[in-house]
Amino acid sequence: MPSSSAATRLLLTAAVGGIWFASATLYAQQPIPPLTGRVADLTGTLAATERESLEQKLTAFEARKGAQIAVLMVPTTAPEAIEQYALRVAESWQIGRGEIDDGVVLLVAKDDRRLRIEVGYGLEGAIPDASARRIIDERIVPRFYVEDYAGGIAAGLDALIALIDGEPLPPPAGASGTESAWGALPVVLLIALFVAPIVRGIFGTLFGSLAVGAGAGVVAWALSGGLVAALLIGGMVFVFALAGIFGRPGRWASGGVPWGGSMRGGFGGGFRGGGGRFGGGGASGGW
Amino acid sequence: MIWRKLALLLAALELAGCGYNTFQSQDETITAAWAEVLNQYQRRADLIPNLVETVRGFARQEQEVLIGVTEARARVGSIQAGPELIDDPQAFQQFQAAQGELSSALSRLLVVVERYPELKSDANFRDLQAQLEGTENRITVARNRYIESVRDYNVTVRSFPSNLTAMLFGYDTKPSFTVENETELARPPPVDFTPDAE
Repeated sequence: MPSSSAATRLLLTAAVGGIWFASATLYAQQPIPPLTGRVADLTGTLAATERESLEQKLTAFEARKGAQIAVLMVPTTAPEAIEQYALRVAESWQIGRGEIDDGVVLLVAKDDRRLRIEVGYGLEGAIPDASARRIIDERIVPRFYVEDYAGGIAAGLDALIALIDGEPLPPPAGASGTESAWGALPVVLLIALFVAPIVRGIFGTLFGSLAVGAGAGVVAWALSGGLVAALLIGGMVFVFALAGIFGRPGRWASGGVPWGGSMRGGFGGGFRGGGGRFGGGGASGGW
Repeated sequence: MIWRKLALLLAALELAGCGYNTFQSQDETITAAWAEVLNQYQRRADLIPNLVETVRGFARQEQEVLIGVTEARARVGSIQAGPELIDDPQAFQQFQAAQGELSSALSRLLVVVERYPELKSDANFRDLQAQLEGTENRITVARNRYIESVRDYNVTVRSFPSNLTAMLFGYDTKPSFTVENETELARPPPVDFTPDAE
């Protein structure tokens, strides 16, 4: 009896495992392409120049407004509905800035003849579902009908950009100077490296370090105009000066820079989502 | 003195090891996910009066369907839907059933609408329809996120050693949306329902 029940259990486990495996392969979802750029075309529909011009439009928009828009063209989203696939893409790419959630994904499933505008939480006010639906029906779909995909996407993006422009959003990081202030960091550190030992010699460790930190902050601010980053840099230099790091070049050199690496991507080659979240807002349509 | 501190620390560590903190954070996640579900259901309910009025303007003779929607909405509204609902499986079932009825009534309405081209091309109706679709999609998303958070929590309640903590503090598994409803959710938003779907 015990052995037969054990055998039954084994058989059952195997059966359940088999069913699970079968269903996993049966319902294999479309994979989400890695995020390589603002415009991804897996269907080979857009010409290189068209893709490039869309990409430029979106890059310029992000630099100006901060919000992120990404375009994805796939052949099909089957077996999922376009809504489910679009949400998975949006969740995986995290388009839009974190906390602000100002991202939009325009998804086109060419062979399904379906498209969707997926709107991040932070833009649900700027792009209500009804507006997204109108952009699809009035701007994009008429062009898709005549197979003008690049034109339809461009027109849709222009409409989306116009709507987002009407929304007061926090300025992009570049405009507030945070990123360029971090760019001033090496210069400030280099100056501090030479000045710190002298100033500390004159004013003593604590007040000397304070003076160097304050000076570094002012210089960083003057160089870039980013107040927050300048304050942080000032504080950082103060701490290092206090710790005596600037006084001993040998240790400094071997210690390396503790905060290397680029700050947030977004310009040039690498494009990354900023951590924007999505809750299923937007609209779908077909042609 | 030091022994007491040590004992306190040990107790704290033990609780952490037994998943007490996990319960707290997962419970919070569920509460937030559930609030979002309620929020989106409420949003749908708020859309309905306007929708019914708009449809009535073009399709006055469809009284039966219109009244069906209005009544289903009233039933949904009569259920006290708050955070405490997730600790009461029976009330949860009732809530789910009422929302399901409203979904069916709405899809019947949208099927009827297909017969009125003038209504379908009315700008106001199209906007409402887009809002309803968007809300239905948000409900789907919110429900899926709730299901996921409950699954995490229930796994913690049942697995060792956190199940001992659950027993000690009286934490029980939480109800989730049923599979039957999930298949319904997997369907596209209601405007795409064909007459044989419901």
